[in-house]
Amino acid sequence: MKYKMIFAGSGGQGNLLVGQIIAYAAMHEGKEVTYLPSYGPEMRGGTANCTVVVSDKSIACPIVNEADMILAMNLPSLDKFENTVVPGGHLFINSSTVGKSSDRSDINVHDIAANDIAKELGNEKCANIVILGAIVNATKVVSKESVEYILEHKAFTGAKAKLLPINLEALHVYLKD
Amino acid sequence: MSEKVLMKGNEAFAEAAIRGGAGFYFGYPITPQNEIPEYMSHELKKRGGAFIQAESELAAVNMAYGAAAAGGRVFISSSSPGIALMQEGISFMCSAEVPAVFLNASRGGPGVGGIQPGQADYFQATRGGGNGDYQVPVFAPATTQEAIDMIYNAFAIAEKYRNPVMVLADGMMGQMMEPVVLPEEKPRLTSEMIPEEKPWAISGNTGKKPRSVIKSLRLQPDDLENHVEKLFEKYGIMEKELVDYEAYDLEDAEVVFVAFGTVARLVMESMEMLREKGIKAGMIRPKSLWPFPYEAFEKISANTKAVISVELSMGQMIHDVKMGVQGRLPVELIHRTGGIVPTSIEVVEKTLKILEGLK
Repeated sequence: MKYKMIFAGSGGQGNLLVGQIIAYAAMHEGKEVTYLPSYGPEMRGGTANCTVVVSDKSIACPIVNEADMILAMNLPSLDKFENTVVPGGHLFINSSTVGKSSDRSDINVHDIAANDIAKELGNEKCANIVILGAIVNATKVVSKESVEYILEHKAFTGAKAKLLPINLEALHVYLKD
Repeated sequence: MSEKVLMKGNEAFAEAAIRGGAGFYFGYPITPQNEIPEYMSHELKKRGGAFIQAESELAAVNMAYGAAAAGGRVFISSSSPGIALMQEGISFMCSAEVPAVFLNASRGGPGVGGIQPGQADYFQATRGGGNGDYQVPVFAPATTQEAIDMIYNAFAIAEKYRNPVMVLADGMMGQMMEPVVLPEEKPRLTSEMIPEEKPWAISGNTGKKPRSVIKSLRLQPDDLENHVEKLFEKYGIMEKELVDYEAYDLEDAEVVFVAFGTVARLVMESMEMLREKGIKAGMIRPKSLWPFPYEAFEKISANTKAVISVELSMGQMIHDVKMGVQGRLPVELIHRTGGIVPTSIEVVEKTLKILEGLK
């Protein structure tokens, strides 16, 4: 199994963190993984994305031409990556921030009003974790348990530990047992 | 065996140097390797070493020269234009036979260029931008783990031959995260150990050893000629002992790629795609760029129709590839430059065009 994902959005939306959590969770499960962030001047308030490949075998190429899963947190990301989803793949759109959906009928389009859901939970900043839950629920690229483990032991530790309960709540909006 | 950790390339490079026993790091910031000085600034002192942010690359390389001449184990890093500024120091250190490990997280050039990954420093690294007759071993990792192992082992190589050693990575490798296993930490040299371990170093006489002189000035032509010839005897031994490469599927290959670093990884994917189309493809991946693995080209089979050098430059390694092929086969180039990394599909399409043209 080789699963290729791109997490795209703009600086501060937390899409890179979503990619990193999945990368850590995959490694926690003993899988091979590469995490390749875009870097450059575009990251200052512009678009920022990362490519994550998860595999049972060693990964030759960390660069992705076609993705099994795309997360678009803003409109430029949707425009840029919509057509790189393989048929049968998954496209996650944060409908709170993107403002339109996809016309593609050969893929699974998930429109998620992540910011609205997160606001109802009490912290809009959890929008990315709401989507993380939806991605893991639909793709099963990593297990619920390993994502919870990474949230607790890697993402929300130290000064951020107080944010763990609300983020677990955000994760579980879509990620059910 | 220690546990796997997910690390960003640059941080892994720095940690590998610390574990390799580096006691000194001198740096000046430049993208895309800034996480290295950042990491060193908070880690190296904790681990018994010293970090100094220099006022320029020229200052950094001369601090490295000084610390290494005194017997310190030195790691230093920069990116392309910064390495260009350090070339003078590299030439001096080669002449003075002072060991140190350099890392170049290379980016697109020429000039200040851009900050995206490049391989147009191949000539700079293997032919040298400094003056005079000198040579630096250059190792090119393709994965974060390989980079860790190369940096970790580079100190022993540098000290064995008393010569700077370079690890040529690229910006993409510096930014990427992969699971890695970190090697055992070597003890840092103490000032008491240096006269014993490095009798040539300027470590203070203390009556225990003859006076050491480290210099690159030799005004007498015959003295200089003798010295350079002695250096080249050493380089001759290095050429035999340090050559390293990986060969993939050469036996039945119709086309053989030559690629190093990041590019070799995407070529692996292109090879798979070509095989799906019924075209057998192999690859030679030099892990040492100097000494270049010319002997690998003797393994190319009679079935091979073309050798293709794939590079992030206008074609620099291709000159070494041609020397390896020795006119037996057509040598072609697939390349992007300016910081653009081609896709594996692009490599496949260009390969099909090249093969079509040969018919």
